[in-house]
Amino acid sequence: MGFSPRLFASAFHVTVPVILGYFPLGFAFGLLFVDQVGAGWVYAFLMSLIVFAGASQFLAVGLLAAGAGIAEIAAATFVLNARHAFFGVSLLERWRTSPLKKIFLVYWLTDETYALITSLKPPPDVEETDFHLLIAGINYAAWCAGSLAGALAGEAIAFDTTGLDFTLTALFAVLLVEQVRRVREPFPFLLALAAGLVTLAVFGTANMLLISITLALILVVADGARRGWA
Amino acid sequence: MNGYILSAILAMAAATVVSRAAPFLFLGRWAAHPAVRFLGKATPPVILTLLVLYCLKGVSPTVPPYGLPEAVALALTVGLHLQWRNALVSIGAGTGVYMALVQSGIMSAVI
Repeated sequence: MGFSPRLFASAFHVTVPVILGYFPLGFAFGLLFVDQVGAGWVYAFLMSLIVFAGASQFLAVGLLAAGAGIAEIAAATFVLNARHAFFGVSLLERWRTSPLKKIFLVYWLTDETYALITSLKPPPDVEETDFHLLIAGINYAAWCAGSLAGALAGEAIAFDTTGLDFTLTALFAVLLVEQVRRVREPFPFLLALAAGLVTLAVFGTANMLLISITLALILVVADGARRGWA
Repeated sequence: MNGYILSAILAMAAATVVSRAAPFLFLGRWAAHPAVRFLGKATPPVILTLLVLYCLKGVSPTVPPYGLPEAVALALTVGLHLQWRNALVSIGAGTGVYMALVQSGIMSAVI
């Protein structure tokens, strides 16, 4: 069985909204990376090719520009990705395919790809797993192409990127709005806010992210255990 | 310099692979456990709240322009997203307005 043009066309059709988001965001990442980290376009492209985690990559630009430690960068990446560590589990049962295809499905799974896969039905007489694999692969390609174009543009044209890092703030704000819609319970948000403000007051801004997330997660586990995980 | 960037990229790739594969490798049989379900629901709001706060940690309300560009751009981003729920529009408009505000210095001039 191969990837027929018809399968490709239907996967491409449903993923257009994600491509329209990933290409410009990737472009912004490439531009910001070249300008603020000061390393060549190859590194921006390489990061998109092998890391493929948008929020972590934007965060890494700030950390690399500040000369942060490798362990700190890796820990921040892990924590950032772990926020959706639980959502892929439900898909594992559905993917009955070769190990190689499974590896790519897991590696390419992002928020947006997950949302597409779980909300769409494949067209009739199309193999579901191949449909998912193509959707994920097209989104990956859009992100990498955007990063490459942005990084090359950033090297070719002098561009004032002051304020472009707000992309990350806006991205998190949008994801937070989605969480508020979904969770409809103020407690976890207020708990996190309190943990963050306490961390800033006690430890200042250095390592704020890791300290506050650790503190907040301890509180979440304590609260969950107290309530019997209900 | 380039060795530093390369090490960071490799460390990030490893962290990403671990965070994406771990749930599939270890959580499979625990997916239905109440504790896992509870954490799966409670963790994203907590982490995203802290990430927004982290992005804003350098803003000082006591120094001009008093965090006004951030406040304006954030209100626009959230408002647009509540209205249309199109992430690209919300992020693009918020970032564009923020860049215009900080590059023109208009907020400091007005205050």
